[in-house]
Amino acid sequence: MKLIFNKILGTAAMLGLLAVHAPAETVKVGILHSLSGTMAISETSLRDVLLFAFDEINKSGGVKLGGKSYTIEPVIVDGASNWPLFAEKAKQLLEQDKVATVFGCWTSVSRKSVLPVFEKDNGMLFYPVQYEGEELSKNIFYTAEAVNQQATPAVDYLLKLGKKKFYLIGTDYVYPQTTNLILYKYLLLHGIPIENIGGGFRKDDAGNVISAGKYTPFGHSDYQQIVADIKQFAASGDACVLNTVNGDSNVPLFKEIAAAGLSAADCPVVSFSLAEDELRALPTKDLVGELGCWTYFMSLPTPVNKTFLANWNGWLKTQNHSGVVKEKRAVDSPIVLSYDGVYLWKAAAEKAGSFDVDKVREVLESGAVAFNGPGGKITMQKNHHATKDVFMGETKANGQFKILETYPQVYGEPFMLKDLTAKLAQKK
Amino acid sequence: MQFKPRNLELWLMVAAALLIIVVLPCLNAFAPETSWLHVGNFTINLYGKYLCYAILAISVDILWGYTGLLSLGQALFFSLGGYMMGMNLMRMIGELGQYHKPIPDFLVFLGWTRLPAFWKPFASLPFALIMAALVPGLLSAVFGFFAFRSRIRGVYFSILTQALTYAACLLFFRNSLLMGGNNGFTDFKFILGHDLRSPVTQRALFICSGVALLLVYGVCRWLTNTKFGKIQRAIRDSENRVMFSGYSTANFKLLVFVLAALIASLAGILYVPQVGIINPGEMSTEKSLEAVVWVAVGGRATLVGPILGAFTVNALKSWATRAYPDLWLILLGTMFIFVTVFLPGGMVGLPGQLLVLKRRYFSRTPKAPPAANPTPSPFVK
Repeated sequence: MKLIFNKILGTAAMLGLLAVHAPAETVKVGILHSLSGTMAISETSLRDVLLFAFDEINKSGGVKLGGKSYTIEPVIVDGASNWPLFAEKAKQLLEQDKVATVFGCWTSVSRKSVLPVFEKDNGMLFYPVQYEGEELSKNIFYTAEAVNQQATPAVDYLLKLGKKKFYLIGTDYVYPQTTNLILYKYLLLHGIPIENIGGGFRKDDAGNVISAGKYTPFGHSDYQQIVADIKQFAASGDACVLNTVNGDSNVPLFKEIAAAGLSAADCPVVSFSLAEDELRALPTKDLVGELGCWTYFMSLPTPVNKTFLANWNGWLKTQNHSGVVKEKRAVDSPIVLSYDGVYLWKAAAEKAGSFDVDKVREVLESGAVAFNGPGGKITMQKNHHATKDVFMGETKANGQFKILETYPQVYGEPFMLKDLTAKLAQKK
Repeated sequence: MQFKPRNLELWLMVAAALLIIVVLPCLNAFAPETSWLHVGNFTINLYGKYLCYAILAISVDILWGYTGLLSLGQALFFSLGGYMMGMNLMRMIGELGQYHKPIPDFLVFLGWTRLPAFWKPFASLPFALIMAALVPGLLSAVFGFFAFRSRIRGVYFSILTQALTYAACLLFFRNSLLMGGNNGFTDFKFILGHDLRSPVTQRALFICSGVALLLVYGVCRWLTNTKFGKIQRAIRDSENRVMFSGYSTANFKLLVFVLAALIASLAGILYVPQVGIINPGEMSTEKSLEAVVWVAVGGRATLVGPILGAFTVNALKSWATRAYPDLWLILLGTMFIFVTVFLPGGMVGLPGQLLVLKRRYFSRTPKAPPAANPTPSPFVK
């Protein structure tokens, strides 16, 4: 009885939708983000920017395909920070709503959870958040920063500053573990001796390092011991900290660093998980002078960025959608990379003359699809990652970054570990 | 004619069983896709998930509804079953992972080149299933033994089980446990050599879940009707009196606790291949609480109640996260408050409540209404 009832309920909902939206010349596109639960604080911004991008495209005539123009019709679902629910919602978007493409996911685990679904149903997902790499699905396009578009440029910058000692610290999950392992090998390759890499190591039976750096669990709040350790490590004055700690734990970490008197001038901390949006929730006075490395900063002085910010803020004011915060919004890299993804997909679909996943993928893989976004030119590569500009920035008291250095058009490389291991072996 | 809820319940169960085990899979397999009778693969997969939730809800109910032990640790036993199954599924991926290595991807991630010893036997499904019974069984036996021997009751028992679950959650988050850390296990390919993504396998898993739910329902129905079940309920209503009558309540409670853990683990075993992921997020406090909510909505101390509750709440959640992605939490929340305030017996108790109302207001010869509370609160001493 219950089953039939649910079916009727579902069908009724579907019919209702069909009735409201006339079927003429629209293309359905999925938005798969957490709008509730622990990740909602970050992911709702991405939903907003996607809706903004769709509105922008629809107002300028939609997606133009073979003489016809298609209006984008968003299908929003809530993954609710629940990973099995992400898989269910992905299935629903692909099998029931039959969307042309999906923009979504923030955490690596949510991406890992939906990956088998996208591969099985041959869907297309655009993923916008910096991640550890070591993955390449034919059904996912990563507009996100790969490790060589964030972590290794930051190390290059620090090496140029004359830093000789590097302390690795992170939250215990895949992104920090992988990034730190890559950084460890990268540092060795650049002539940093192993004793100048802090945080500790774990070795396998054969004596190979399989994990580098200091790890704390999610939500960890006691950093006294670790910061004391860092202070000792940094006593020589040429040290820095590479920080992959995620979320709330950064508050006690930076408070402790400030309390220990470690200044950004002596021992800068470069954080890979802290962008403008996260900085709003942190005591920025403790972070002044600390470093960040992203492929977009809100403070970029380019005309494209200025227009984007003005349009975005103007659009926000007109929104009556529940849950859209209208004022004092911070824009950061994941938001802009989400926005870029929409335009990359639009350009590819128009070039392919079809919304068919295989055809759009072929065009995206050709390396000929580029978009001049707020963060500069972004080009999709054959390996599903994107070439884009990388910026090194310094935190200011107002939660923005002062741009220190630009690495133009860095090619996104998802598989660094293998390459670095081979190079290290060669060097020996 | 006299209204016999138990007979009605039996007939409803038979009808539901037929629908789940025969009709739906047949409609999925044989009805042409264009027909309105066709049941999509998505629906089969989704209902398969609900069936597993229903099994979990029963495990909560035989503890909470029948024995008065509000356990917030059922998600732990559920996840442990799921993890053991997941280990087998991870081994079955073989060299088809991202790295094309014979060991699971996350181990390659962590720099391992060979399989750790404790992973080796999980290549066999029977071994994984035995472990899925042993690990939650032993854990619940040891934990229950100490908890019940120390006469930990009521809210203290709930807090302890919740703490145990949280501790396990933190443990599984650690990468050094070699159980996948935060990401857990995912990207499964095969089960017993069959492609997990094919509709046939998913249909088979759906039928398995349906049969498992029926079996669990049958066993629990039988058990609660025996003398054992009577003692169970007596413990719920007044444990001290049962003790004074010479029964060792600790042993009874321990047995129910272990049984509930095994049932929860069974749900986890069936859940993982259908959902395709297991990670420490499944052990969070919310998950255990959610299961309690299903039971409360459906109706405590009945066996149909938890099944109904699990289906209703999850179907509502699936539908609302798509139809009202911004408002669904408020929608569900309102429903829970409504049920707690107005329907003490849950959905199952609704007909009884209506009957009482009818007698009170529409009967020509008013007489005292019979006892209106079909489910006495387990905390009333």
